[in-house]
Amino acid sequence: MLSRGSRVLAKANGLTSRRTMATASDIFKPTKFGGKYTVTLIPGDGIGAEVSESVREIFKADNVPIEWEQVDVSGIETGDKHSEELFRESIASLKRNQLGLKGILHTPVERSGHQSFNVALRQELDIYASIVLVKNIPGYETRHKNVDLCIIRENTEGEYSGLEHQSVAGVVESLKIITRAKSERIAKFAFAFALANNRKKVTCIHKANIMKLADGLFRNTFKKVAEDYPTLETNDMIVDNASMQCVSKPQQFDVMVMPNLYGGILSNIAAGLVGGPGVVPGCNIGREVAVFEPGCRHVGLDIKGKDQANPTALLLSGCMMLRHLGLDDHANRISKAVYDVIQAGKTRTRDMGGNSTTHEFTRAILNQMEAGS
Amino acid sequence: MLTSRSFAAPARQCLRRATAAQSRTFAPVLSRTYAAVPSNEKVAKFKGTKGNDGKFTVTLIEGDGIGPEISQAVKDIYSAAGVPIKWEPVDVTPRLKDGKTVIPDEAIESVTRNYVALKGPLATPIGKGHVSLNLTLRRTFNLFANLRPCVSIAGYKTPYDNVDTVLIRENTEGEYSGIEHIVVDGVVQSIKLITREASERVLRFAFQHAKEIGRKKVRAVHKATIMKMSDGLFLNTAREVSKDYPDIEFDAELLDNTCLKMVTDPVPYNDKVLVMPNLYGDILSDMCAGLIGGLGLTPSGNIGDECSIFEAVHGSAPDIAGKGLANPTALLLSSIMMLQHMGLNEYASRIQSAIFATLKEGKSITGDLGGKASTSEYADAVIKRL
Repeated sequence: MLSRGSRVLAKANGLTSRRTMATASDIFKPTKFGGKYTVTLIPGDGIGAEVSESVREIFKADNVPIEWEQVDVSGIETGDKHSEELFRESIASLKRNQLGLKGILHTPVERSGHQSFNVALRQELDIYASIVLVKNIPGYETRHKNVDLCIIRENTEGEYSGLEHQSVAGVVESLKIITRAKSERIAKFAFAFALANNRKKVTCIHKANIMKLADGLFRNTFKKVAEDYPTLETNDMIVDNASMQCVSKPQQFDVMVMPNLYGGILSNIAAGLVGGPGVVPGCNIGREVAVFEPGCRHVGLDIKGKDQANPTALLLSGCMMLRHLGLDDHANRISKAVYDVIQAGKTRTRDMGGNSTTHEFTRAILNQMEAGS
Repeated sequence: MLTSRSFAAPARQCLRRATAAQSRTFAPVLSRTYAAVPSNEKVAKFKGTKGNDGKFTVTLIEGDGIGPEISQAVKDIYSAAGVPIKWEPVDVTPRLKDGKTVIPDEAIESVTRNYVALKGPLATPIGKGHVSLNLTLRRTFNLFANLRPCVSIAGYKTPYDNVDTVLIRENTEGEYSGIEHIVVDGVVQSIKLITREASERVLRFAFQHAKEIGRKKVRAVHKATIMKMSDGLFLNTAREVSKDYPDIEFDAELLDNTCLKMVTDPVPYNDKVLVMPNLYGDILSDMCAGLIGGLGLTPSGNIGDECSIFEAVHGSAPDIAGKGLANPTALLLSSIMMLQHMGLNEYASRIQSAIFATLKEGKSITGDLGGKASTSEYADAVIKRL
């Protein structure tokens, strides 16, 4: 009896694991001890410390079963070798926990400066799909209404390959790498995401009229993958046209999939439509690891330490993470409180036209959660 | 093998020198770049002179689709305004010569002779071996800077008001170098090429243009956090060039921030000239066009050391071609940029205010702007206001 039971269990397990390989390749198993999940927390530079404090406070108040493993890695040059070490530590922690919540790390412009830690982290962990959710927040008026789009961005190659060289003085070549394997992977991800989230249309963004080989490969791979998803509407658009359409008729877009650099450009344009980087959540997903971070990657060094930052983006990214873990009740309670506070309009941070501090905004959410329960 | 190569190499050199000498035109460009450039020397100065009849000759490339109709509108308005311009229409249907797409020699000669051209939309023929015609024109005449101003049009409402941006885009290299190859099956490398020479040239133009139109600030847009060497070179060149223009304030901004801020509120960019590498310029200039209502309302100028070509950047719209429905505003505004480039500022401002007044009134506007007028009715309305 027992043995049969275990065999059934084993069979079930076998099925799950087989399913993991075939269709939902991105299911992973985060670390869980004593009923609590361990999550790596990388506050990041700029406003990171303030907004992650807000997240910690709100998650704690809701008794979210999460144990934070905080790594204070920073991209700001301090002169010591310590930052590199901390970066290694953050990678190790993320590999261990397979789950992270992250702010944005600063990247210096200087040529002597280190490579972007953000990019290195994504490449190292192979968290290849970036998801940015851009949607109007009820009650917060911007220039555009009914925007609800989702940007899926290839995160590990393209223009961010980091391969550059100077042929002779004053002549520099920078390599953009596009591979069929990675293009196929991101296209599949986009279609699977669209199906799972009940989206209707997937648009491929490219510049294949100029970069005939590189972007041509991306577009053709997309078209080939699309054949496997006949229920979804698909089309493709050139990146400059897409940018123009984005600021004039953003309602036409649903899911958009694109190479790395275009993703950076369009996620910023799209964030501008709904209220800026303070309100746009996002995440980066790979086969093993998922890291949740604000969708529009701005460090916010200018308002660092001024208690002005808007924690909404990181909070909503945190809620995405909770849903990812299946902790939907917590996610719904927290996100509802955030939306309610914004809709009430009394307590808003400066980027949303209010004059509340980060702390006041956090307090308002906590009060809202208390009143709601 | 060795011998043949050593014979071939000098031969090639000779050829190269021959072409360089032949096209006298490019020699000064080179020398100018390497010599210390006096900052008061104007990049891309208009060299044309009036003919015996007191008129400038301008090459007119009418283009495909709606091109002939909107060119007619421009011609009508110009003759009504008495602009001292004689049009020289040329055909630029591409030909394949030695397996390469080239434009007919007559067209090249005409533009070279007149130093300036106005161009309608061109459709790139689909088929093997054709590079985009626009790209061919840019390469043939070495049009290194693309100038894209965007101004809100009174009478056409968009979510954005009071937009008045000026973008300058490097036009010859960057991501559009056209250098690409397949490393192995399924792995492609595409090369973004940035040179100090081309960067300096476009940056100098940006500073001078800012001075000319009375703007005090120039901002370089880059992504040097990620592309440290290529965009870094562009940025460093910008910093160096800016030292020659002490009365103009220079700063730099990360591409991400520019995108975000322009979409959130474009008004702070009204006192700046933005300058950037090719791809960013392409994307951002179209985005700015989106802010004010699309490519049908935005002019564009391609500036070179020898010649300049002003063009409408919208498509050739074959679906409405010949029906008299097309909106000639983009080509008209481009022609006005051309007049300014040629120093015919009085005519430029007179025609421009007539166009803006017609659009503002909204009675005789074309279908794409929500009106009912035909191309010629719109042109007549502009003429009445001159």
